[in-house]
Amino acid sequence: MSIDLKTIKHISKLSRISVDEKKAEKLAGDLNSIFDFIEKLNELKTDNVEPLTSVAETTLKLRSDEVKSKNLRDQVIKNSPKENEDYFVVPKVIE
Amino acid sequence: MSDITKQSLSELVENIKSKKLSSSEVTKAFVERSEKSKELNAYITEDYANALNKAKNFDKKPNLDLKLPGIPMAVKDLFCTRDLRTTAGSKILNNFVPTYESTVTQNIWNEGAILIGKLNCDEFAMGSSNETSFFGNVQNPIDQNLVPGGSSGGSSSAVAAQLTPITIGTDTGGSIRQPASFTGTVGLKPTYGSCSRYGIVAFASSLDQAGPMAQNVKDCALLQEVISTYDEKDSTSIDFKRNEYSKELTKDIKGKKIGIPKEYRVDGMSKEIEELWKKGIEYAKDCGAEIIDISLPHTNYALPTYYIVAPAEASSNLARYDGVKYGFRAEGENLIDMYEKTRSEGFGAEVQRRIMIGTYVLSSGYYDAYYLKAQKVRKLIKNDFDEAYKKVDVILTPSTPSSAFKIGEKTNDPVSMYLNDIFTVPVNLAGLPGISIPAGHDAKGYPLGLQIIGKAFDEQNILNIAYAMEEKINFKNNITDWWLK
Repeated sequence: MSIDLKTIKHISKLSRISVDEKKAEKLAGDLNSIFDFIEKLNELKTDNVEPLTSVAETTLKLRSDEVKSKNLRDQVIKNSPKENEDYFVVPKVIE
Repeated sequence: MSDITKQSLSELVENIKSKKLSSSEVTKAFVERSEKSKELNAYITEDYANALNKAKNFDKKPNLDLKLPGIPMAVKDLFCTRDLRTTAGSKILNNFVPTYESTVTQNIWNEGAILIGKLNCDEFAMGSSNETSFFGNVQNPIDQNLVPGGSSGGSSSAVAAQLTPITIGTDTGGSIRQPASFTGTVGLKPTYGSCSRYGIVAFASSLDQAGPMAQNVKDCALLQEVISTYDEKDSTSIDFKRNEYSKELTKDIKGKKIGIPKEYRVDGMSKEIEELWKKGIEYAKDCGAEIIDISLPHTNYALPTYYIVAPAEASSNLARYDGVKYGFRAEGENLIDMYEKTRSEGFGAEVQRRIMIGTYVLSSGYYDAYYLKAQKVRKLIKNDFDEAYKKVDVILTPSTPSSAFKIGEKTNDPVSMYLNDIFTVPVNLAGLPGISIPAGHDAKGYPLGLQIIGKAFDEQNILNIAYAMEEKINFKNNITDWWLK
């Protein structure tokens, strides 16, 4: 299989990572060599194999629905790149 | 005492407990040696002044019942430390100061240890040579311009160079065991669910585990005992009976069954590694263990499986870095433009590559062909181990297919870099514990490691076997202090 520049542009859009032409070409080369390597899995027949989603063979524990952390607002916004006392600030969304 | 930094963790603990040394003396010694070792670039963030203060406070009212009384320790910069910058080796977290502490580091401070700094690592732990770090590559103390392994490269370098008596790393596909092998140190990747992932910057959540990196097996067992706790803040943390690993450590491994998987004799494996493995088998026999040939038929499929599962989980985990809530932000014309520029400028090339792979294999139309397929093969790989463990107690393999390589040698070929993890990745996919111990040198004098893989939750057995073999191997690291200023 081959990943072309159009696919790279599509993945970059889904990934929210901007790429210019030069970077797209480099990525296409890298991804193609990596996927050539991944294709090896097609040698295996896996029709009747259950997918493994977690190695921890336990069911998730239930806990009571209690608030344990309180008044974290200052901590939560402390590392915000644009400071404002109460909010995260982003570029204007509505014209 | 002038040779404080040469002492093992266990010796330091004993000397502090018997009041032969104070925490201040020990902390000062490691801080001074770290200051003279900037050439290694092992640290991203130093916290020396605070550490010396904490040591002074400890000495005023020393609690000598603790397991790590007043012991200074640097940790991988993937663990969130309250009020001390945590970068994950990335520009995107360059200015991130956590307001909370990871469970694993909290466990360590609760036992009396003192943080001296944050250690370099591959960006978001994605790499095998520490060359993807935004903060530059790390030198291996073994030789100039040699990689220390990765992703826990600052950790392996710092322990081997005695900048910290012991440390912790994280291991998603080999990131503790491979750097331990490259630097002649001991590294343990615990069973998945053994150490809490709370407060560790996430890479691939179904594979990530924290673990100790040490100068010897006994130190490693002691730190594992401290960091392995059940934690309700991590929903995959497992509540099982944990041993007091260091107290229960024994060299008596008579009659233990050690499996040798034939599939690990991979194409192109060097003669030196083959010889090392044979020697390891002889050492194990000398200790009274029984050697049994086994088969792990899907070994060759582990790396391709890993390079679907890990990037898929990473692409999802790293979606949170959007320039809004914390970390680096690049200004954009609108919201989407801001996201795209932030992520394009904030992430390095390897991280972007993996996010793209992950996004692709999870995208509409490709999910079944890649991600689902990989999960099925992962099941086959785990079944291989389950079968093998019906016949043996542990499995012995080399840790890596080669010794440490030169900085820059593999940076242009991602696949050849990935092949470094060929012996370590299956262990993560199956969620098992594995330990790398130094076992010999190659012709250049660089260290080589052997890996012992255990059954799930059976850290004690692999520690015991490592402990017994360590004595027989009697490994000595050739470190000349070439970097000291």
